[in-house]
Amino acid sequence: MQTVSSWGRLRQVPHEVARPAFLDEARAVLQAGGAPALCYGKGRSYGDVCLNENGRLIVTDLLDRIISFDRERGVLRAEAGLTFERLLRVVVPHGWFLAVTPGTKFVTLGGAVANDVHGKNHEAVGTFGAHVLSLGLARSFGEVLTLSPTQNAELFAATVGGLGLTGAILWVELQLVPIRSAMMEIETLATADLDAFFRRAQESRDWPYTVAWVDCLAKGAATGRGFFARGRHAETGELTVHGNPRLSVPFDAPGALLNAHTMALFNGAILYRPWALGAKTMHYDPFFYPLDSIAHWNRLYGKRGFFQHQSVVPMAHAPDTIRKLLELTAEFREGSFLMVLKLFGDKPSPGLMSFPMAGATLALDFPNKGESTRRLLGRMAELVMTAGGRLYPAKDATMSGDAFRAGYPAWRQLEAQRDPAIMSDFWRRVTAPAAAGAA
Amino acid sequence: MTILILGATSAIAQAYARRRAGEGARFVLAGRRQDRLAAIAADLIACGAAAADPFVVDLTAIDGIEETARALRARFGEFDEALIAYGLLGEQVVSEQDPHAARVMFDTNFTSAALWALALLKDRPAAVPFTLVAIGSVAGDRGRASNFIYGAAKGALDRLLEGLAQKYGGSPVRIITIKPGFVDTPMTAGIPKGGPLWATPDAVAADIARAVAKGRRVVYTPWFWRPIMLIIRHLPWFVFKRLKI
Repeated sequence: MQTVSSWGRLRQVPHEVARPAFLDEARAVLQAGGAPALCYGKGRSYGDVCLNENGRLIVTDLLDRIISFDRERGVLRAEAGLTFERLLRVVVPHGWFLAVTPGTKFVTLGGAVANDVHGKNHEAVGTFGAHVLSLGLARSFGEVLTLSPTQNAELFAATVGGLGLTGAILWVELQLVPIRSAMMEIETLATADLDAFFRRAQESRDWPYTVAWVDCLAKGAATGRGFFARGRHAETGELTVHGNPRLSVPFDAPGALLNAHTMALFNGAILYRPWALGAKTMHYDPFFYPLDSIAHWNRLYGKRGFFQHQSVVPMAHAPDTIRKLLELTAEFREGSFLMVLKLFGDKPSPGLMSFPMAGATLALDFPNKGESTRRLLGRMAELVMTAGGRLYPAKDATMSGDAFRAGYPAWRQLEAQRDPAIMSDFWRRVTAPAAAGAA
Repeated sequence: MTILILGATSAIAQAYARRRAGEGARFVLAGRRQDRLAAIAADLIACGAAAADPFVVDLTAIDGIEETARALRARFGEFDEALIAYGLLGEQVVSEQDPHAARVMFDTNFTSAALWALALLKDRPAAVPFTLVAIGSVAGDRGRASNFIYGAAKGALDRLLEGLAQKYGGSPVRIITIKPGFVDTPMTAGIPKGGPLWATPDAVAADIARAVAKGRRVVYTPWFWRPIMLIIRHLPWFVFKRLKI
């Protein structure tokens, strides 16, 4: 048994770890029988979707080969453990980019499919899964299946956003988007309050990438004060790839360092630094992946780890609910001091269980202070549920089974398609009978 | 630039080939499994390799090495570089008890590797540049109770390469021994990992690329093994015999 944790580092969880180096080995591990298994990529989900206590974990990081790359059509097929980091190194020099990327490039293709990740351009292009042409799925029984929107379509829909439960994703084929430059054209605007955010979002529809940072400490009339950034790929510039992380956090920050001032400083230095007001041109790396410049930044939250709350609320209730959430976090004074806020569009995802829905999504971190933090997260979840929203499983460590089942009514279909040899801590938690309640 | 990789499915070999693929090198990938070699070849092509051809062979089949090497050179032309990357860590306790297991260790890590080195150099015009790189081990520098069978084979290989390097001194033929310490690969899956002594295959591959570019004779990787092994090699016997390493 070996202990493994997720990005939030809330628990050190014992697993029987296998690390196959080739696809045939991965399939053999899944089919070998024994305790329930689960694939684990880079462990960048925050809670327990990538954990499987006392079960088997199939770590996919060695399965990172490119199977084919069509440089004319921008179609790439690769093993599921390939990270976006390495993918970009290969495709950017040829003028291609990921159609959808989350806020870190240290995620795997398999993880991106399993969580159906989204990016700053959700309104324009939908989720990652919308750009997956096909994928290979090994199950604990039978042959390796090829899934696509037209082939084994039902299983494809269950696998995109299916939290890795339908089988072991062996390879993924995706459609890339053309770029002329590795640079981004960015505009950063100040927003005086929440209304200003929604106004900016409305008038930025022709910018593919948008995101905002909101000051969680601003109160009263200033509630929702922050910055709104919008970007697009530049038309000119070189196709240079990103570099390596420049800094690293070598060990856990001592608890004493975790106070309002240090967190404000950290947020300000890392998130705000590239976003000075006005128009500028910058490389894709700081635009999409500001936190990737510091390896192991999660250690800054100390050895008790941290939570992240990310939720989405339908547009009709968004302004009101976000205001309430901001008031709540300001009252508890536990969270980070910047909150990420953006709009999701109405592009449907091919996945049954995708998190995004048309509306507004917000994300913020909370250092783990035990019961009080969980109470706050619970109250936030209630506000989201009341507004008809839902929480993001990839970020979640606390939502109740009721909240999950209300937010994801298709969960029974996923359960029906789940490979019986696969299980995760998240799935055990949210599908447990109501009486067992939250973890 | 054509590079022959013997044991192309090893983690270090894969990381090294990826680095050289960016230069547009051509690869011949020798190993046992066609499907796995093909997966690696496809990846190298996507990374910029001009060619990558799988070549299925049991590299440890000692009696066939001479002939296989001739066939390889006939089919692909003279190589500019060859990397002997395959190896077997084995289990010391098993090899001590079972002479067959011990012999597999010697045949894999020394005898076959040595014969490959000789076969690749045989009848080569001495004026044509060629770089032969073999992966040895820090374990070959001194016999230690915990893994002297593996260490003896890797140490013997280094001795052979040293002799070849002396023979080809002053010619454009380079003979390089790479001596990694602990590397986080499937080969070491059974050993608890973590801590400052463990290196990634990519870090080792970067050191190999540097060693090839500079034509070094012996390279410890990561670099800190050089001073560590310098001390260990020079420990007097009355001290060394008491060490639990």
